[in-house]
Amino acid sequence: MDTVFGLDANTFGRLQFAFTISFHIIFPAFTIGLSAFIATLELAWLRTGREHLHRLARFWTKVFAVSFAMGVVSGITMSYQFGTNWSRFSEVVGNVIGPLIGDEVLTAFFLEATFLGVMLFGWNRVPRGLHAASSVMVAIGTAISAFWILSANSWMHTPAGHVMRDGIAYPVDWSEIIFNPSFPYRLSHMLTACYITTALVVLSVGARYWVAGRFKTEASLMVRMGLAALLVLAPLQLVIGDLHGLNTAKHQPAKLAAIEGHWDGSKPADLLLFAIPDAAAERNRYEVGIPRGASLLIKKDPDALFPGLKDFPREDRPAVGRVFWSFRIMVGIGMVLIGAALLGGWLWWRGRLFESHRYLSTVAWGWPLGFIAILAGWLVTETGRQPWVAHGILRTVDAGSPVSAAAVATSLTLFVLVYGVVFSIGILYIRRMLRRGPQGAATAVPDGVPSRPLSAAEDAAREASGAPA
Amino acid sequence: MNLFELAPAGASSLELTLPVIWALIIGLAVALYVIMDGFDLGIGILFPFLREEAERDLMMNSVAPFWDGNETWLVLGGAGLWVAFPQAFAIIMPALYLPIIVMLLALVFRGVAFEFRWVAKPSHRIWDVAFAGGSTIAAFSQGLALGGLLQGIRVQDGKFAGGMLDFLTPFAVLCGLALVVGYALLGATWLMLRTHGPVEVHARRLAMPLLVGLLVAIAAVSVWTPIAFSRIAERWFRVPDFYWLSQVPLLTLLLAWSCRRGILHGRGLQAFASAVGLFLLAYAGLVLSNLPYLVPPSVTVWDAAAYPASQLFLLIGVCLLLPVILGYTVFIYWTFRGRLQHGEGYH
Repeated sequence: MDTVFGLDANTFGRLQFAFTISFHIIFPAFTIGLSAFIATLELAWLRTGREHLHRLARFWTKVFAVSFAMGVVSGITMSYQFGTNWSRFSEVVGNVIGPLIGDEVLTAFFLEATFLGVMLFGWNRVPRGLHAASSVMVAIGTAISAFWILSANSWMHTPAGHVMRDGIAYPVDWSEIIFNPSFPYRLSHMLTACYITTALVVLSVGARYWVAGRFKTEASLMVRMGLAALLVLAPLQLVIGDLHGLNTAKHQPAKLAAIEGHWDGSKPADLLLFAIPDAAAERNRYEVGIPRGASLLIKKDPDALFPGLKDFPREDRPAVGRVFWSFRIMVGIGMVLIGAALLGGWLWWRGRLFESHRYLSTVAWGWPLGFIAILAGWLVTETGRQPWVAHGILRTVDAGSPVSAAAVATSLTLFVLVYGVVFSIGILYIRRMLRRGPQGAATAVPDGVPSRPLSAAEDAAREASGAPA
Repeated sequence: MNLFELAPAGASSLELTLPVIWALIIGLAVALYVIMDGFDLGIGILFPFLREEAERDLMMNSVAPFWDGNETWLVLGGAGLWVAFPQAFAIIMPALYLPIIVMLLALVFRGVAFEFRWVAKPSHRIWDVAFAGGSTIAAFSQGLALGGLLQGIRVQDGKFAGGMLDFLTPFAVLCGLALVVGYALLGATWLMLRTHGPVEVHARRLAMPLLVGLLVAIAAVSVWTPIAFSRIAERWFRVPDFYWLSQVPLLTLLLAWSCRRGILHGRGLQAFASAVGLFLLAYAGLVLSNLPYLVPPSVTVWDAAAYPASQLFLLIGVCLLLPVILGYTVFIYWTFRGRLQHGEGYH
């Protein structure tokens, strides 16, 4: 068998895909929300003329540029990886999913990539209204991207609108394909997650500045906007997540069983807060949970039954431990965010928000939580879909390309090195810009000249790095 | 030459024409990619030749608003290949695995360099290297992939059946070098068109040897391919096809002369337009050599075609959206028109 260190091409391919997509998802998770935030700031500035809105928009656009660039280059990798490492998958589902990805490129990718040019570089070149419109186009483009990608991905979980012939999927009804059973839930879940993630970053950054006594006007605005968004979205996400779970129960029962750590389908399921699943023994150890709580949550009846993992042949079960724990991390973070939002909301209502240094300095540390929750959530859904790459149609182990284990081991190593170095540096640069804040050349007001002198950019950079003038 | 003689017998008219239309669309997407990302990769390839920070700033600024949109045509080409010809996609991608992976990684460096370089100042030297290295390696890998495709891919039962290093031949290396030189010429003539001052002067000086280099490479490939691949010799030298196919080398000479004049007289538009013309002709030549094979030597556009309903669904999208995309692409080039003076930029 063709292996390197005992791992075959398929396993390396899975590791590579998981690695590259995990890095990739961090950036759209941020830019989808951030583009909406920037567009909102710009529109508000157009309406009110308040200069700090303009300054904030320019500042966050600089952060956006760095994040977006990383999202683009890591995204191109994904589209080619379908072919390089998953050619059998490409063949089997290509007739159905191919057009969805194609439509993503046509309707979203080009839109955001092109108007990004105006958004980043057109501050002094185009009228304000056109610039704001471009920022709106970018925000819309990122959301449309999410639409198509989630549609294609959801089809892999809940295939519909197709027919199988000789092991190849053929489209029958496009609206059933695009709006497949899990799509509305997964799209709303992910978009909400993106907006929550960005809201939390904005809130965090604002809180940090406020506590340090810097940029008071901007900080106050960011704290209020971020908190307001969280107050609406965090509880909403709980509802969406619940509905998503019910949909999963209907269409992907094995995944749901893994999420709940539910082995024995002949008894009602407990809502497990803690457990160590033991796949070999087909049971959990050290269970701590609410008796019959899962049955209540999923079936609305504490005595109701639903399939447990033992109701599926071993080869059809996902990796329980990973799914179980990723889910709890995600929900745990979600609960923390709801709590933080409610507390902040109450303080705000009492007029004590901006005196509550304890609250604000705690929240200032919270910016990574959205990203962690998103990664955990994707682990749940994608690992939970295993052993299928397209549920009921094609198994992951049969979906790979005719490439050697050595080639994939090499590419995996290269990806880990390159992504690890480049994206870590990028994140450091973003942190540096955030620490520096919305001041100086980073937010310089246009002086009416068609193009700004290069030296302004250099000054900004020298300031930011603390180098002597 | 009747390309349709290779089409499957008994195919419906939709099954006959959709694959050809899609081949043209993908061909267009790839051509647009090669021209548009060609000049911004070319800028990176030329970085080592212009050593002043201010000059490099200017070079990057001349393409900064466009690079992302330009690179998107690469995704459309790849995604389009998947949608329209999934079997070809499933063969070509694994067959050209290593050059494609290397290209993707090089594009990572090139892409982030656009933003990181500004943020990192004054410690930006490393991103200069990333930009130049990423651009050059991306161009070279694309050439390797092209060569690997042209020389044919081993297919068995409709799947790739060769080895991971099949692509790596002297011919593929020649294609790699040709593309590096070609993109550099596009970059140089773009700078002639878009800048004033020292950068324009440098670009003019670099453009001539690059033009010569590209012509040598085109000649080499044009001589090599019919000698090495009998199917290509048959295609070109069959009378009477030869008479109208020979327009291609003749037009090449004409465009080369026009490019030379543009460079010598400092006429940026003429130089750039002729360089683009040269690229398109070389591209047309390669297409003519291989049509209707999508995966030389055995898989035609009809063999690899997706289910007609899928091709049709996306074709409708393309017909609606391509004009819109081209429209706002023109808009952005128009918005950022004009020459950049030394010291000007957008950041």
